[in-house]
Amino acid sequence: MSSINSEQVTHIARLARLKTDEEKSDYFAGHLTRILDLLEQMNRIDTESVEPMAHPQDVHLRLRGDHVTAESRREDYQAIAPLADNGLYLVPRVIE
Amino acid sequence: MHNRSIRDLARSMARGEYSSTELTRHFLSRMADAGDLNAFITVTGDQALEQAAEADRRIRSGSAGPLTGIPMVHKDIFCTAGVPTTCGSKMLADFVSPYDATVVRRLAEAGMVSMGKTNMDEFAMGSSNESSHFGAVKNPWETSRVPGGSSGGSAAAVAARLSPVATATDTGGSIRQPAALCGITGIKPSYGRVSRYGMVAFASSLDQGGVLATSAEDAALVLEAMAGFDERDSTSLEQQVPDYTATLEESIRDKVIGLPKEFFGDGVEPDVADAIQDAIRELEALGARTVEVELPNSEIGIPCYYVLAPAEASSNLSRFDGVRYGHRAAQFEDLIDMYERSRAEGFGEEVQRRIMIGTYVLSSGYYDAYYIKAQKLRRMIADDFTRAFERCDLIAGPTSPGTAFPIGAKNDDPIAMYLNDIFTNSVNLAGLPGISVNAGFDRDGLPIGLHLIGRYLDETTILNVAHQFQQATDWHNTAPGGYA
Repeated sequence: MSSINSEQVTHIARLARLKTDEEKSDYFAGHLTRILDLLEQMNRIDTESVEPMAHPQDVHLRLRGDHVTAESRREDYQAIAPLADNGLYLVPRVIE
Repeated sequence: MHNRSIRDLARSMARGEYSSTELTRHFLSRMADAGDLNAFITVTGDQALEQAAEADRRIRSGSAGPLTGIPMVHKDIFCTAGVPTTCGSKMLADFVSPYDATVVRRLAEAGMVSMGKTNMDEFAMGSSNESSHFGAVKNPWETSRVPGGSSGGSAAAVAARLSPVATATDTGGSIRQPAALCGITGIKPSYGRVSRYGMVAFASSLDQGGVLATSAEDAALVLEAMAGFDERDSTSLEQQVPDYTATLEESIRDKVIGLPKEFFGDGVEPDVADAIQDAIRELEALGARTVEVELPNSEIGIPCYYVLAPAEASSNLSRFDGVRYGHRAAQFEDLIDMYERSRAEGFGEEVQRRIMIGTYVLSSGYYDAYYIKAQKLRRMIADDFTRAFERCDLIAGPTSPGTAFPIGAKNDDPIAMYLNDIFTNSVNLAGLPGISVNAGFDRDGLPIGLHLIGRYLDETTILNVAHQFQQATDWHNTAPGGYA
């Protein structure tokens, strides 16, 4: 039986870009441990020689001709951004 | 007007007995009166009446199709240009899409009148509609109970006859389980049948749009209009959509129905098991034959699904970064802090839980043990279905092991909630079509769903069998008290 402790939750949350604190990580650790228990039922079944299945369709992605099909709608798309100006999405400074 | 089939409504409008505008007003007024169900996130009355007026012009000019002027509602996961699309989340509470989903566009082109957007579990993650940022939806059969999820608002709206039909989506059972718990008909087509363009992504190899309606006939009519190849969805099937309604009246004599013993075990509530047995006897009386089949890996479907769906979700939901659209935190220290706060504020608890599970199973050191393992099991589950379908034309069983449970009953126990999907999510893993139809009521008067699973691409058979069942029984015409 594997378990996830609060520190591991904090690490996972960091990877997933989810703000957490000690109380929240503790809270999620309990649930995640129980969910992992559920997931470990998978180990009851031998899958040694089975090919993984990623998708219900065993087909290759379609290709299309390389021509322009969509018009530029930058203004429409930026109109719904939390903060955009002069055609640019604005984020906190990352390079000093 | 609210207890009639789509074909009846269209006939009456063609004869001038009433207009689409009158019909739409009737349903809008029912929606307003049923506000306590909390089935809707956005109601678009003015826009609906404009669309109805346009439909009336088409009807008068003789250019109406079978769906022209029929009111409907969309699950709030389908993008609608100019109308908010929240996906049941604070993250998208103020999001207005610049474009329509293909499903939305096609149904609008067919002349359907969209009256609004229905409530749902946040990002379609849930089986009770309790994870919605906009509050729980109530089951019209018993308002202290859940309607199922994630398409709970769509299911409650159709069950309470607030709309003749609703769109919905199904990643692990989100059309069929609420259809069962609300006593209506819900079809999840084969993966790839309905375009996912403009449908907010949860788990891209499992998500599929479909229909909630009161009957298989209505579902077939609407599915026909929304299905079909779409070059904007890379997984859309380049296959002709069959004329689903043309074969509804065919006899089901000699159809072979597979009964997996795994679907009739101890976990099924006794009243549900009895109703499903009765329904199967009814199908036998209509000439169908039954045969026992095996789906030996079906019980592993739950853990398999709860690896793959969260893994895909954690990837899909990484797009919500507070930069291009969606919620951005008001206070932050730097870019990373902005991402983390925006996402922690914008996503609810269940969504964060699934993102974390997905991140964990995809992370270095765990990928083979969980993710690849689950993909291997996925193939075994799909192969089981293939083998079973060598002996039968369709598979039947209960949609859900139980009937609608009380609001709050499973809120603190994610695992108990996940087990709701035990009979439905293996169907998504295999990409097969499935339908749930009402097959009676338990001792408390709560509806019970019969689940029919078809071969890949064979919606025709399950719609035909569901329709014939509904011609021989009256369960689908039973509306909840107070909404009849």
